[in-house]
Amino acid sequence: MAIEDDVLVIGGGVAAVASALAARETGARVRLIAHKQSTLRQASGLIDVLGYHPEGADDESRTAPISDPFGALDAVPEGHPYERVGEEAVRGGLDLFDDAVGDAYAGGHTDRNALVPTHGGTVKPTARYPAGAAAGLASDERDAFLVGFDAVTGFDADVAADHLRAAGVPFDVRGATLRFPGDLRDDAKLTRYAHLLDQNDEIEVDGQSRPAREALAERVKAHLGGHERVGFPAILGDAEPAGVRADLADSLGADVFEVPMGPPSLPGMRLSDMLFEALEDAGVHVETGNPVVDVEADGDRVDRVIAEHTATRVPYRAEQYVLATGGLVGKGIRSDRERVYEPIFDLPIPQPEDRYDWFEEGAFDDHPFARFGVPVDRETRPLDADDEPAYENLRAAGAVVGGYDFAAEKSGSGVSLATGYAAGTGAGERA
Amino acid sequence: MSDAETPDDYDVTDDSPAATGDDEFEPVQVFPESEDMDLRPGSDDCYKCSTCDTNCPVAEVDDDFPGPKFQGPEQWRLKRKDDHDIDDSVMKCSNCMRCDSACPSEVPLSQMHNTARGSFVENQMDKLSPEYIRNRILSNYRTSAWLASKVPRLSNFMMNFGPARWVMEKTLGVTAERDFPEFAEQTFREWWVERGGAQVENPDKRVAYFHGCYSNYNTPEVGKAMVEVFEEFGYEVMVPDQGCSGTPMFANGMLDDARRHAETNVENLVAAIGEGADVIASCTSCSLSLRQEYPELFDIHGIEDVSEHTYEALEYLRIHEDLEGELDGSEVDFPDLAYHAPCHARNQGLDGQAIEVVDRIDGVEAEDVGDSCSGISGTYGWKAEKYDLSMEIGEEMFEHMEDAEGDVGMTECPTCAMQMGHGTGYEIRHPLEVLEAALVSEDTSSA
Repeated sequence: MAIEDDVLVIGGGVAAVASALAARETGARVRLIAHKQSTLRQASGLIDVLGYHPEGADDESRTAPISDPFGALDAVPEGHPYERVGEEAVRGGLDLFDDAVGDAYAGGHTDRNALVPTHGGTVKPTARYPAGAAAGLASDERDAFLVGFDAVTGFDADVAADHLRAAGVPFDVRGATLRFPGDLRDDAKLTRYAHLLDQNDEIEVDGQSRPAREALAERVKAHLGGHERVGFPAILGDAEPAGVRADLADSLGADVFEVPMGPPSLPGMRLSDMLFEALEDAGVHVETGNPVVDVEADGDRVDRVIAEHTATRVPYRAEQYVLATGGLVGKGIRSDRERVYEPIFDLPIPQPEDRYDWFEEGAFDDHPFARFGVPVDRETRPLDADDEPAYENLRAAGAVVGGYDFAAEKSGSGVSLATGYAAGTGAGERA
Repeated sequence: MSDAETPDDYDVTDDSPAATGDDEFEPVQVFPESEDMDLRPGSDDCYKCSTCDTNCPVAEVDDDFPGPKFQGPEQWRLKRKDDHDIDDSVMKCSNCMRCDSACPSEVPLSQMHNTARGSFVENQMDKLSPEYIRNRILSNYRTSAWLASKVPRLSNFMMNFGPARWVMEKTLGVTAERDFPEFAEQTFREWWVERGGAQVENPDKRVAYFHGCYSNYNTPEVGKAMVEVFEEFGYEVMVPDQGCSGTPMFANGMLDDARRHAETNVENLVAAIGEGADVIASCTSCSLSLRQEYPELFDIHGIEDVSEHTYEALEYLRIHEDLEGELDGSEVDFPDLAYHAPCHARNQGLDGQAIEVVDRIDGVEAEDVGDSCSGISGTYGWKAEKYDLSMEIGEEMFEHMEDAEGDVGMTECPTCAMQMGHGTGYEIRHPLEVLEAALVSEDTSSA
């Protein structure tokens, strides 16, 4: 015996969730099994489809952000995940996403990329952004004021404002670094600020006790000048971000937005929570905490995969499988000093023989390692060494798929959604 | 399991410049070969993303607690030089082990915490202090329970006798806020002997039941349910001699005590495995301990064997039996349940299974009350100075239990059950009791 389902999705990120939801929409019985908490919790929470042209395009167009990512899909090179699954899957994946997150995200009203300021003061072309970032868009011409906190590392408001001005944004932007009201330790957890604002606890300021949101607004007000919108690092609440923003905006008389941050990232955590809630609502069985480590095949079909429950080996069976374990960061792809490999199915990953050819000299050069991953056919089935599907009932989605450089292209979530949609739909229909 | 046990051993001898005559610089040569139980690879893997800190239930309510990242890799590095003591905040860690599953980089956080706590208690704690004595008594619950079970009625009276509890709080720091769990009038093992041991003999399907202290002394009905359900599926149940799993001892840094019990357990369980049995636990902290903490902390002959053969009861049935098929169409008269997944079930990836299984049974609704920690963490919530923290951590779970339909709780962990009952006044049941009602009891329509 084994634990049995129609479709088994291996992974816990955007690609895995999209695969599971898509498979579930076909009526299949779906289980998702993820090793650890998703790396989504460290992601910005922005959903990029295509921000810059991939390798292969001429150098000049690669430095200019893409305004219409769908118009640019035709130009991706052969083997790129978008070329494999096509525009329909990109749109299908985004529809799944929009349904799952509802009004917590914006950007679905247009095909065009939005320009969202980042914590480093760059401007990122993205397709969907948290509602909390909406008032911060760089295409908005209202003057902006950025607030940083001396104890919250990772966001220097003055530096970010300088960078944004240098990037030529069409508005004036200033920054100031303040002390967060109340008496939190200098290395307080980000979640502590968020909970404080969520619960609107009373905090002591100058011998006076007042609610946290009000105390924060008071402190910012003194520096506001005539700015019509105020940006904070993304710490404005975990459970109640909309309420926190609304209260602050009310007290300040200005729009309030969050600037996406590095890990640990509250927008990433909120998104992860929303996506897992969507899985629960859809009736997907979810298991997290155990890695899938091995496969047992019957000819060219995956018969079962083996999860490691601590030290015991537990079989899981399904008709169809989706591999969505992530790339080098998510550990769906691993490397040692000899080779880069996919650890569960040992699928082939094209790579230069000499490991010194895995990367280039400069930090921002075109690194081959950035595109490492399994090549797939147009049904997202991983290919073996002879370019034939390795298993007829195995599909792959997300960063484990090779042929694209999500960091340079700004295409990570879009590829995850598109390949997840294609893989999940294909798996569900054949289960 | 952690990386720490299987450090990457880079064999530099073959490719070294001396061997190949090639003097090109190879960065790997600056690292000496790793040794067993070296925590360095784990420490090096920490890239300070702080995700563990955002998952720590203690850090969430206590701003003074520096969090798992400090307790683990940072403290480990500080300790490389002998002029740093272990920070006493390590005693605030409740050993929920949530940091392990939060870490994207496979840092063996809980193993680091357990070793740091062990070293703190051994080298820095005053062995005559009330705190040490209290921790020792609490973590050796099995000894107290063994004594108490000899005179269960007197114990039940004394343990919750106001003046006695006042003295315990004042002298030892055991909170008087909590009611001690009742001791059963007949222990599980006494029942087992009285019924004449196993009722099913089957050399092909055997399980060795690790009942742990709590289902033996306090909730023998859980142990009985386990036996009845497994016998229903045709298993021969063995009940080997056993000590404490060690969980409360790890959490209090009493590694020597834990090792003593581990030696007994490993010896007897290895013998049972030799007779064809797999090891089954009904408490998720017990199963986690046998599976993960034992091989991480001790080097005892046969310990890997025990680790590889241990399962939680429901998990085992799901893998080896058509549990769903058996439950489909079964009907049972059981109260609706508010289910809390213990942290140590979560850690084994077993947090979803109880609901999934119970959902197949007609007549009982079980609702998951979310992923918050109950806050008691074994002996943690019994300490007078930690009681308030423990209740603050549990607050979210209490609220969600009140919001749920059912007015009876369900969980696999005995101390989570105590906390659930303490915070809501609900009676708390074990999933095995629901299975027993559905599969074994005479009043089910499936029979």
